[in-house]
Formats: sequence, structure tokens, C-alpha cells
Amino acid sequence: MLTFIARRILYSIPVLVVSSFISFTFVALAGNPLANLRANPRVTPETINHFEHLYHLDQSIFVRYAYWVESIFTQKFGVSLLSGQPIWPDISVAIGHTLQIVLIAQVLALVLGVAVGIYSAIKQYSAFDYTFTSFSFLGYAMPTFWLAALLQLAFTDIYLHWHVRIFYTSGLNSGAGGSNWSIDRFQHIALPVITLAVVSFALYSRYMRATMLDVINSDYVRTARAKGLPERSVIMRHVVRNALIPIATVSALQFGALLAGAIVTEFVFTLDGMGYFFFNRLSQSDTYSVMAYLMIVAVSIVVFNLIADIAYGFLDPRIRYD
Amino acid sequence: MADPLLSIRDLTVEFRTDDGIVHAVDGISYDVLPGETLGIVGESGSGKSVSTLALLGLIPQPPGRIVSGTATFKGTDLLKMGKQELRRFRGDEVAMVFQDPMTSLNPVLRIGFQLGEAIKTHYPKEPDDKVKSRVVELLRLVGVPNPDIRVNQYPHEFSGGMRQRAMIAMSIANSPSLLIADEPTTALDVTIQAQVLEVLKTVQEETRAATILITHDLGIVAEMCDRVLVMYAGRIVESGDVQTIFRSPRHPYTVGLLDSLPKLTEDEEWLRPIPGSPPSLINRPSGCAFHPRCFLSQGRMRCRDEVPELHSAEGQSHRAACHFSDELIGHASKFSEPVEAGSGS
Amino acid sequence: MTEPTAPLQASPPPAIIDGMPAAVPVDVAAAEGLEVTVRSQWWYARHRFLRHRLAMIGLVGLVIIFGAGALANWVAPYTFDQIDLNNILHGPTTVGHHYFGTDEVGRDYLSRVIYGVRTSAEVGLVVAVLSTAFGLVVGAIAGYYRGWVDNVIMRITDLVLTIPVLVTLLTVAALLAGKGSLWIIVAILTAFFWTPIARIVRGVFLSLREKEYVEAAKAVGAGDLRIMFRHMLPNTLGPIVVNGTLAVADAILTEAFLSFLGFGIKPPTPSLGNLAAGGQGNPQDWWLTVLPGLVLVLIVICVNFVGDGLRDALDPQQRRVRA
Repeated sequence: MLTFIARRILYSIPVLVVSSFISFTFVALAGNPLANLRANPRVTPETINHFEHLYHLDQSIFVRYAYWVESIFTQKFGVSLLSGQPIWPDISVAIGHTLQIVLIAQVLALVLGVAVGIYSAIKQYSAFDYTFTSFSFLGYAMPTFWLAALLQLAFTDIYLHWHVRIFYTSGLNSGAGGSNWSIDRFQHIALPVITLAVVSFALYSRYMRATMLDVINSDYVRTARAKGLPERSVIMRHVVRNALIPIATVSALQFGALLAGAIVTEFVFTLDGMGYFFFNRLSQSDTYSVMAYLMIVAVSIVVFNLIADIAYGFLDPRIRYD
Repeated sequence: MADPLLSIRDLTVEFRTDDGIVHAVDGISYDVLPGETLGIVGESGSGKSVSTLALLGLIPQPPGRIVSGTATFKGTDLLKMGKQELRRFRGDEVAMVFQDPMTSLNPVLRIGFQLGEAIKTHYPKEPDDKVKSRVVELLRLVGVPNPDIRVNQYPHEFSGGMRQRAMIAMSIANSPSLLIADEPTTALDVTIQAQVLEVLKTVQEETRAATILITHDLGIVAEMCDRVLVMYAGRIVESGDVQTIFRSPRHPYTVGLLDSLPKLTEDEEWLRPIPGSPPSLINRPSGCAFHPRCFLSQGRMRCRDEVPELHSAEGQSHRAACHFSDELIGHASKFSEPVEAGSGS
Repeated sequence: MTEPTAPLQASPPPAIIDGMPAAVPVDVAAAEGLEVTVRSQWWYARHRFLRHRLAMIGLVGLVIIFGAGALANWVAPYTFDQIDLNNILHGPTTVGHHYFGTDEVGRDYLSRVIYGVRTSAEVGLVVAVLSTAFGLVVGAIAGYYRGWVDNVIMRITDLVLTIPVLVTLLTVAALLAGKGSLWIIVAILTAFFWTPIARIVRGVFLSLREKEYVEAAKAVGAGDLRIMFRHMLPNTLGPIVVNGTLAVADAILTEAFLSFLGFGIKPPTPSLGNLAAGGQGNPQDWWLTVLPGLVLVLIVICVNFVGDGLRDALDPQQRRVRA
């Protein structure tokens, strides 16, 4: 197992290098760093040259890439060309916020999705099943920005009409410097959490239901019944145990993907998370910040793909990575 | 004659599907005597599996429905039992071995656990170590090598033949009085088939259980069974002891089945299949279900109009459901020489 | 007694009697004077599809919505850029046929949404068709030739599959902004959407490659292309049609996301995404965001219904009741 992990990590390094180089080239060449400086008529050409030299902008792309890679390790992604501010503090805060929202949303979606999926499969074609299947279908078809907008509208309306703040519709905290675990914070992240959870819930419950139905009709479940097992044990011990395997993998992958920050959701609710960070810096063509974001996202994807595979090998004895 | 262990009367099972009602089993009746091996033979779709699945309540009731019939096992009607009660019989008094060993075992649970489960469900008070040793003993009985190591392995570490042995072991864990084996060797290689059949024989000797052996392979019937039922389109068309059926079949379907077997001791230029294909169970031919393919019928109206009943052909124990079964008297089947048990392929 | 029959042959096609397949071979049935019709696979597929209620609903919905978009010039009450500063920001009303209200410069929203449907649908359909075609070709090559070609292609698809779509799309769109935006978007979307089709086609080709009729065709001297086209491709049509249909919805949605964030199709050309963005931050004018989004949701739902129906019709490997 350890060799498997080691090998996977080893394989991902060249992939990361190649993809980061490609993105770097693209971002660096297409973007227009120092745009602010250049646009400013009071800035002298010498100042511009100075900065160009400082940031190695006058050298080849390979050299710039090398410097950038170095900056990851020595300076924690260095400094934004646009603002001159260090990148890491901003992005690390953003990571924290996104993590909080995504974690809560995923746990919620997973627990509910799995439960609903199991029950829907057991009581196939019942009212419960039809209701939730339709709901999942809807949830799946809804673009997150629409759901987010609807929620925003609804709760803004409630506030305006009844002057009661149930959930906030934007931002992370009411005032500046709010804490991460206050009730105020929860009131703020409730709506984005719901938005993300709904889509993930739709995915998980549909998936779980499908897997359950697949397993329920398999031969070994028939064997379990033929042995005289009570239906409850059949379901829990034989069906669910097998049906959970793909869910574990899917959720790990989902988590990795969501860490890129649910860009649209964060945008609609103006939350200071990864997606928002990315969107802002991209709009400003803030090259190095964007690169930092891309790198972190790439690494997290690799990590979560690995976790998904390990989880799969752990849960399914037929897969052993030796 | 001893009292039958299992007595099925007028069992009818149907399934509702989008295309119509499938008449899977249509009014069949038979008995199983204690300790005997009864073979049920027929093509796919003849209803042979459904009749036994219905016994154990393993037919999913929404599409399926037991329309009528009784199945008296040791005095109680299995078909009238509630789910809980029936559960107590399943795996304990009546056990089943299924066709495909590759998919019949849960891939994520150890073999020992799954076998132990069979025991623990019915005897929860048994201490774990006793259960474990019984499981190992069972595996040894069915010929799984190194049972004490194998017991902790997962199904994918067993070969197909070994898995089927494990399945058989699982079924006899609680010494059932009736063992139902539904095409236990169909999914296996011929050489493994022979081994598994040997295991079945051993197991029968050990437990003295009556066995219902469902198969489409007449060779297996010849080797393993005392009596045999021939089913077609959900009905029993012939029944009797193996010797008689093989020597002098009285139903044209049985004749066709026997004729279609290649005989190794003779030269045959062409194989002789039964013309046509099995009938749709939704829209069965009127009257005798076999008449469209029957060489004996020759278009006679009675075959189309009247469903033939099982009547005695030769003595009480040999019965056939054909209006013209008497015309088959004297018809020598390919296997007119007495069949010797154990001389099968 | 029984006449020896001819050597084993493949069974004749099942006769249909009274609409149900019968067990009797065609010639026997004909001898008995029964009517015999032989139906093709496509007939059954079409029959199954038309029986699927949800698919029918979806189809009707799509015809209405896409139809309105296609015939926008005739259906829309106004043009999409008709400014009327007297009627700014009205909610939905029957006055002046402004059923969807007006936007911040008084343009009729219903018209804008209809034109938006047209734009989004154009993008969606083109992307679906292009990516399907590309995926087909790539998958066929990978599956047929195997070896290192297959390996390379598979690595690439793996890579594309793991990249988060929105992130890359945004990055590329942002940095190539404004340079012929519509077709750039189409190109980028296609670059992402071809992979699932390629995988499926490759899978089918891999499994078919070993079949006897392919070997037979080769033995007769059929060229590679001919084998691929006539023998193997028809088997992929089922999954391709299903996938292609669902890809339309996916493409439309993705484009909407892009435009919503401001990186896709830019105003004044309306697309469902950039229309929805218009209502951002202004909860009073709810219709600006909700209505285009609603149309989007309806499109996605209808496409999914149709896709489900197609899947049922073309891929009848559902669980049948075991008799």
C-alpha cells in the first residue's frame, strides 16, 4: 500500500510540473502584469524597467517559471505583481473559509444523500421515492447561481418584510474581523452551504439509490435472503456495505473538486473564499496570484484523487494495491 | 411408501411485466420423499427454478405473484406462512444452492463470516468458537483444501469450483432436510462439474437430505437423480424414475430431449434439435403448450384444444401429459440400454 | 421416427404473431396461414422511446423553447436591444406585452430571454455536435488501433477529466477575452466535452475488435476505415446519441456559468447566463435573474428527460423480470 502511494505521488510530480508550466506560460504571456504601473502616467520608464527586472519579466519564460517555482518554496508564492502584497496570507485565509463551507456542505449532503438513497431504493416506486427522485433531478438541473440567487432573494425579502434576519445573504461576517465559529458566521454561511449541499445531495442520493438498486438485485443478496437473514441485516450488512464503496470514491473526488472553491456560489454571496479569490485576481489579470491558486487546486485534486483510490482499496478487498 | 417430505399441489406463479402477464408456473404438483434426489429438467423459461424459489418466498412479490397452490413441508404449508416464519425455514430446514458461484457470494465479506452467518442466523446462542470450528469442518467436508486458512479469505481468492463448494457447505451448515440445488454446475467447467457433483453426493450421504436438483443437463440427471420431472412452459409434462424415463419416455418433448443428446457410442451425422424455440410465457399456445413443435401431434385438433393432464403411463409412478402418449409405447429411445448410475460423462 | 433435420443452423428470425414474438419458425407459421411481419431493431427503439412519457414531455418542452429561440425574429415581441427609457425596470406585466418585465434600460425582457435562448442553444448544439464528432474519431482510433496511440489518448483524456472545468475555462476565457468571443467559447467548451464520448466509443471499439465478424471482414480484405464505419460504428450510435443529447444541456449550462461570471458571451448579445447576471445585487428586480435561470432549468430538465427516454429506448439492458 505504501509503495502504491509513493508511486502515485511520484507519478503526479511530472504531471504537476507539466500542467503548471503550461498554465504558467499561458497566464504569464496572456496576462498583462504591471498594467497598473504602465497605465499610470506618473510612473517613469526607469521605475517600470526596475520592476521588470525585479520580477524577471525581461527574461525567457523558462527562467521566469524557474523563479516562480522557487518562489513557491522560499517565499510562499511570493508577491502579487499588481498590489505588491504577499500572496500567501490572502490565499491561506481564503482556503480556510472555503474549507469551512465545503466541509459542512459535503457532510450534510453526504449524510442526507446516503440516507435518502438507501430509503428510496428500499421503498422503490413509493411516494417517498418519487418525491426525492424528482427533487434530486431538479437539484441536479439547477445551476448553482440560480439557486443561490433564489435563496438570496427569498431571505432578503423575509428581512425586508418581517425585519427578521434568519440568514445573511452576503459576506462572511457582519462586521470586520469576525470569528470563524460564531453564530453570526453560521448565519452568513448558511445559504451558501445550503446551495452547495443541494447540488451535492442530488448527486449523492441519486448515485446511492442507483448503486443500492444494482446491489439489491445481485445474486449474493439473494443468497443472503436464502440463508434466512432478516431483511434488515440483508440491507445493512450486505447491500449498504457494498453500495457505499463507490460513494466513498465519488465524495472524495467531489471534495477535491469543490476545494477549487465553488466559484459561482462565492461570487453570488461575496464570500472571501478560494473561488472569490480566483475570480477577483483573474479579473485583474493578477498573474502570480492566479498561478498560486491554480497550483493549490492542482495539488488538492491530486491529493483527493489519491485519497479516493486509497479509500476504494480499503473498502473493497478485491482491490489491493500491492 | 414413506410420507413425502414436501408436497406441492397446484402451484401457479405468475409475473406482471410491461408486456403482459408471464405464466411462469401453471398448476404443478409433485412430491419429494425424504432422502431422495429429484431432478427437475427443462429448458430456460420452463419454470423449473421459479417453482422452488416460490417455496422459499424468494420471488419478489410486486412483479411476481403466487396465484394458488400449497406446498406442504413436514406438515406446514410454506406458501401460507408469514415472512418471519418462512425465514426460520430458509437456510435451516430448507436450503438452496444457486447457479453462479462467481456472483453468489458477497465480495467484501470473508468466507468464514458468510458461512458463520448461516449458522448464527438460526442459532444465535452458539458461541463464536464453536461456529468457527463448525465452519472449518464444513469446508473440509466439501473438499476445500487448507480450510483453516481459507476460512479467512475473501471470495475472490477462491476459484469458481471452490466457491461452489463453499456455497454447498453454507447450505448444509444447519443440516437441512431438503436441499435445493438450482443448476449448481451450469456455470462451471466440465471437469469442475464432475467434482462439484461428487461433493453434492458426499453431502447427501452425510446429511441424508432430500435433494431437488434443477438442471437442463440430462447427463447430470442420469448420474445423480432417483426420480425426474420434465417441465415445459410452466407445466410438468412427464415424471417418473430415471431408469424408466430414459428407457421409455412417454412424452414427445422428453423424446426430443433425449434424441437431441449426442450418443457417444454411435455414429451420428446430424444432431437432432427440437425444431422451433420455447414458447412465450405470456402468450402460450392453446391446449398443449408443446404442440407447435411436436412431431407426434401432426396437427391433430385435440392437441390444440385440450390441455393434457398428467396421467399414468406405466404404473403409478410414471406419468406423462400427452393425449397420445400411448403411441410412444415401443418407441425405443436412444438410451434403451439400462442406464447405470455413475457411468455418466 | 423423427426425420433427421438439417445440420444445426442459426435460428430463423422469430415470427411475430398477433404482435407477440412466437416460438414458431417463419416457414412453419406461414404454412399454417398466419400473418408474419419481421420488425427491425430501430422499430422497437422508436416504439420504446415514444412510450416514454417523460421523454415526450421533455421533447414537447424543448420544441417549444428551442423553437421560440430559433424563430426569435418572429416570436419575440421586441428586438433584444430596443431601448425604451420610459419603461425602466418594470416587473412582469401584461402592459405592452412585457410578460417578463423590462431591464434597466427598458428593453423587453421576454424578447431578450428568447434571444438569449437562441444564443445559448446555438452554443450548446454546436458544442455538442463538434465534441461528439471529435470524441467519436478519437475514441475510434484509440479503440481500434490500441497500443501506444491508445495509451497516449487515454492519458490525455484522464488529464482533461481531472481538470476542474470551470477553473480552466475561466482562465482561458479571461485571458483570451474579447477576441471573437463566441467561437472561442465554443472551441474551449468543445475541448472539454469530447472526452466522455471518446471513452465510450473506445470502450465499444475495444470490445468489438475481437469479435469474429471484424476478423472475417479483415480476412475478406476490408480496409480499416470500412471496418470501423460499417461494422463497429453502428454499435456506438446508442450511447453516442444519449451522450450527445445530454451534452447539449451540459454545454448550455457551462456557457451560462461562464457568461454569468462575465467571461463568456458579452452583452449586448444576450445569453441566458449574462442575462441572469444582470439582476445581481438588486433583489428588488428579481425577474432579471430568476426568469432566465428558470428557462435554463427547464431546458436542462427537458433535455434530461429526452436523454433518459433515449437511453431506455436504445439501451434495453434494463433489469428484466426473470421468469
